[in-house]
Amino acid sequence: MTDGGRGYTGAELLACVAARMLEDGRSVFVGTGLPMVASMLAQHTHAPNLLLIFEAGGVGPQMIALPVSVGDSRTYHRGMAASSMHDVMSAAQAGYVDYGFLGAAQIDAHGNINTSVIGPHHAPRARLPGSGGANDLGSFCHRTIIVMRQDAARFVNKVDFVTTPGYLDGPGARERAGLPAGSGPYRVITQLGLYDFEEETKRLRLIALHPGVTAAEAQRNSQFELLVAGHVSETEPPTREELRILREVIDPTGSVLGK
Amino acid sequence: MLRTTIRGIVGAGIPGGRQAAISSVEEVAMEILEEGQGELVGWHDPDEHRQWVAENKSRRLVDKRMSAAEAVSRFVRDGAFVASGGFGHVRVSMAVIYEIIRQRRRHLVMAGKTGVHDADLLIAAGCVDRIEVAYAFGHELRGLSPASRRAVQTGQCRVVAEITNAGYQWRFLAGMMGLPFIPSRNMLGTDTLKHSSAKVVRDPYSGRPICLIPAAYPDVAIIHVHRCDPYGNAQVDGIAVEDFELARSARRLILSTEEIIDNEQVRARPWRTFIPFYVVDAVVEARGGAHPCQMPYHYYFDEDHLREWLRVSRTPEGTAAYFERYVYGVPDFAAYLELMGGAGRLAELKRVELEGQGDD
Repeated sequence: MTDGGRGYTGAELLACVAARMLEDGRSVFVGTGLPMVASMLAQHTHAPNLLLIFEAGGVGPQMIALPVSVGDSRTYHRGMAASSMHDVMSAAQAGYVDYGFLGAAQIDAHGNINTSVIGPHHAPRARLPGSGGANDLGSFCHRTIIVMRQDAARFVNKVDFVTTPGYLDGPGARERAGLPAGSGPYRVITQLGLYDFEEETKRLRLIALHPGVTAAEAQRNSQFELLVAGHVSETEPPTREELRILREVIDPTGSVLGK
Repeated sequence: MLRTTIRGIVGAGIPGGRQAAISSVEEVAMEILEEGQGELVGWHDPDEHRQWVAENKSRRLVDKRMSAAEAVSRFVRDGAFVASGGFGHVRVSMAVIYEIIRQRRRHLVMAGKTGVHDADLLIAAGCVDRIEVAYAFGHELRGLSPASRRAVQTGQCRVVAEITNAGYQWRFLAGMMGLPFIPSRNMLGTDTLKHSSAKVVRDPYSGRPICLIPAAYPDVAIIHVHRCDPYGNAQVDGIAVEDFELARSARRLILSTEEIIDNEQVRARPWRTFIPFYVVDAVVEARGGAHPCQMPYHYYFDEDHLREWLRVSRTPEGTAAYFERYVYGVPDFAAYLELMGGAGRLAELKRVELEGQGDD
């Protein structure tokens, strides 16, 4: 993503917006890439006691280098435990994990996510990696945060495949399906703005726009109608300190933020 | 369906006297709310599995050291359901994966648990033509897999079922416990479930729908460890991922190891035994055996080599040339490592690994 004369990139802004959402003293299930950067940034700023958990078994690290995989030994550097997938997935299912971080190729108005296949399952136009731990995180974590690129091919009326459950077909559907009560998507962060899920309908609702973006632009980049909150705020740009930590401490080689 | 399955086992030679139990099973059957349409791979009736274990898994202390070539020729059959340990590009037994390719095994069914580099190579080499997918066809941050995606999109490799990472390791958990299934609260409400081999039933305790994940008993599993003794008592440093469960659910288990240790070292610290000898069938000494993947505390990912694979595998010709150079063109894994720069290259990768741990 380009700078556009603002002094920060789109990826840096997303990392900051995501990081600020994570409260100190909570636990977060961390995926590869931007979620790792955001979680490390939160640890380096307002949430030093944020408990990072990785699906392959890394628990509570103090990372000095950005891992390239959620199974990388860096995910348990100075950790509390180097454990197992059974251990951490069970912890999430039992309610110990507050936040889950996911990416998505497609999302619908109820926050259902596709990362499996574009086109029919038996004859895919594009085969994607599948659930990985996404369905597990989206089923088990109390609050799921989705970070993705927004355009009209990705914010779709109907996802080609529901890999990971959002609110399925609306309020109460997760509980009817047997998913843990009160879980589900919490926020969606894109390069255009920030969304929550409106309580009555469990539909995606615009609550903040990034600097320079309009609500009309957000709507143009979605097939489905976006609900809009009564007050739409503007996200705070990255501070100088956040940028310093991102560029000098967390990702000095630009392996995630440079993409 | 229950009756058919159980009758099948009676026919397979389990002692009789179970007719009363069969009818009572039918009478208390749980209400099935939904059934995934994915193919059920690697499942066995628990009694059939117990019998197989009783007859085929030795509890004797036997020196199981052998070459990768012998282990693959003895334990990896064409058409086998294969699972590979580690996670993504971490602690993967590449020494054995390359040997499977070298011996040109065909029609393998792969457990795509987090099948990244192992699955990509086995599919690209034509060894695997069916896969159950939790995660495959991608190399995490490095990008998608050109070769195995091409195989799926052209129909050369078929995705027979979908599942999730937690779901796959719970298949192995049910397997190691000798159970038919394990209940879980993931996959519910999704197409992942519709394309899986799981079922949804009404939980007789809470009254809510619950997912039943079927056990998996791989025909053969391949796991790379830090050290083990000649009998197969193995130790691992770092995360277990799901290898604790996988090792115990597989019918045949090939271990490759960075180092062979004396049995006395095992007995001095028995709490370190991660995999016990009686589930192990072969011990293959393979220093550097996870290259180009990471071995925690020993060597980091060889990013140069992974980049080369992702570049050349964009075309079928490049893919074929890769296997010619690095697999068919060398007699064994040690010769491959020499092509890679041998001990010098491993020492460089060790330095990178330890930098990430702050120990340089």
